[in-house]
Amino acid sequence: AATGLCPYRALLARRGGALRALCGSVRGLAAGPETHFGFQTVTEAERREKIYRVFESVAKKYDVMNDSMTLGIHRVWKDILVHKMNPSPGTLLLDVAGGTGDIAFRFINYVRSVRERQLQRKLRHHQNLSWQEIAESYQEDKSKSLGDSQVVVCDINKEMLKVGKQKAQHLGYSEGLSWVLGNAEELPFDDDKFDVYTIAFGIRNVTRIDLALQEAYRVLKPGGRFLCLEFSQVSNSLLSRLYDLYSFQVIPVLGEVIAGDWKSYQYLVESIRRFPPQEEFKAMIEDAGFFKVDYQNLNSGIVAIHSGFKL
Amino acid sequence: SRRCPPRCGAPRPRRSLIPSLPAGTARLSRAEPRAGDGRSGEEEVEEVEEGCYQLYPGHIPTSPLQKALLAAGSAVMALYDPYRHDMVAVLGETTGCLALPNLRDKMKHHPEGYRILQERPRIRLSTLDMDRLRGLPDGTLGREYVRFLEDNKVSPDTRMPPKFIDDEELAYVIQRYREVHDLMHTLLGMPTNMLGEVVVKWFEAIQTGLPMCVLGAAFGPVRLSARKLQVLATELVPWAIRSGRNASCILNVYYEQRWEQPVESLREEIGIFPPP
Repeated sequence: AATGLCPYRALLARRGGALRALCGSVRGLAAGPETHFGFQTVTEAERREKIYRVFESVAKKYDVMNDSMTLGIHRVWKDILVHKMNPSPGTLLLDVAGGTGDIAFRFINYVRSVRERQLQRKLRHHQNLSWQEIAESYQEDKSKSLGDSQVVVCDINKEMLKVGKQKAQHLGYSEGLSWVLGNAEELPFDDDKFDVYTIAFGIRNVTRIDLALQEAYRVLKPGGRFLCLEFSQVSNSLLSRLYDLYSFQVIPVLGEVIAGDWKSYQYLVESIRRFPPQEEFKAMIEDAGFFKVDYQNLNSGIVAIHSGFKL
Repeated sequence: SRRCPPRCGAPRPRRSLIPSLPAGTARLSRAEPRAGDGRSGEEEVEEVEEGCYQLYPGHIPTSPLQKALLAAGSAVMALYDPYRHDMVAVLGETTGCLALPNLRDKMKHHPEGYRILQERPRIRLSTLDMDRLRGLPDGTLGREYVRFLEDNKVSPDTRMPPKFIDDEELAYVIQRYREVHDLMHTLLGMPTNMLGEVVVKWFEAIQTGLPMCVLGAAFGPVRLSARKLQVLATELVPWAIRSGRNASCILNVYYEQRWEQPVESLREEIGIFPPP
């Protein structure tokens, strides 16, 4: 760019740049392998810290921003994820990077409505019971409105968990819900514990995706399902250009105006472009040991749901 | 000095609205010219992917479309939530294309203003000797300024640094304008409540021509009671306009060298009429 106008400066810059690259690699040896933060190159340790700070800063406005950026469509995506999961009462779900609880609350709602339908069907079959017996069955079913289903929300960021807990209180979700501070690359759970593992818009922010996938495999029961909802690559070229234009021109502005934070949302749109495309991610999931790995594109690939089973 | 083309929001060479994905160390080389001018290249100067590099710490280069969106969005948000001072600041930066170069030229053509542009003084708690100012006699600029800060419980350090101005000299001009704002309150004798702020905005609108001041002056009174509006319309605003017109450019005064000067005398020198 400007180097064309000033050759002497370019010469100086190149030497300065070489020195900087050398310092960078020496620093790298000390601090760990290089990775990316959006379009920047950083060490793994730096990346973890930067991402923690991003979410610490956006936590309070996270939901508002999601609604503004996606014009509310993210709610539909999350609904589709839970419908695809089709949990039955008694399911134990681990929602990783679940911060503000969107998937967890949808899971609880879904399981509750399935349970209600079960109870209604049961009652219809018990038409010739005495009033005593019907009253008793009401008592015992009432205490199990979720049918022993449980969801554990795990997130690495305290602020996001805090917002999630406040939301749960505000919306009236109490039973069947627990909040755990933990790292997707090193989950604080035993092997073979959960029926379903979900990670919605979180795996993009994990520094070592392969470790997170291995952990997912470890904590799932045999027969358990892995589900990942994440931004992916758009195949249609016209849509892709519009999407890029919207992402890079509008989203950081929304971040500045609504959340007072341009940089975090610039990181967000860059990190979406950095994430591997559908097929490559599918291969990574298979590498972790999952079978029947498949993906479903939503909105022409703006978002994709990847699914796999531990057999 | 490092400067992009003078037109505000002018596209840099090779800029595209959609930055392409960096390949390996290709992006790292973008940052190299900065290493050439002696900056440490530490975390403050981040590699920004917009086709132009940072001109000053905190600078976020933006395309004309982004500036337009920011201007509209910040205007709406500032009206919706008056506590979003950062939105007022962003509005000032994105709409100051014409007014800021004018202000800079006014400063350049005035001996004191020129010196300010060269020396780039900053008004911050770390650069001010608060004890010395407090010790000055009543009626002097320094003493009244400290009194104003303490009475209204404000600090000069809460001024937002500029982010979206694509010229680092203009970034300084707007920074100076923000830091001098409290001194305006002192010189005009206005408190930091809504009424006082609106009056100062009227004065600043006449003085600087910044669209943000004009909008603030026009829309600020919306949230005032009828009684205050009356006082505003009949006494304060006409006085602010008269003073604004009469006064020389307020950015051309090297306030840091005039702490001992009595406020009255400084008012006379600049041309601000005594407050009602």
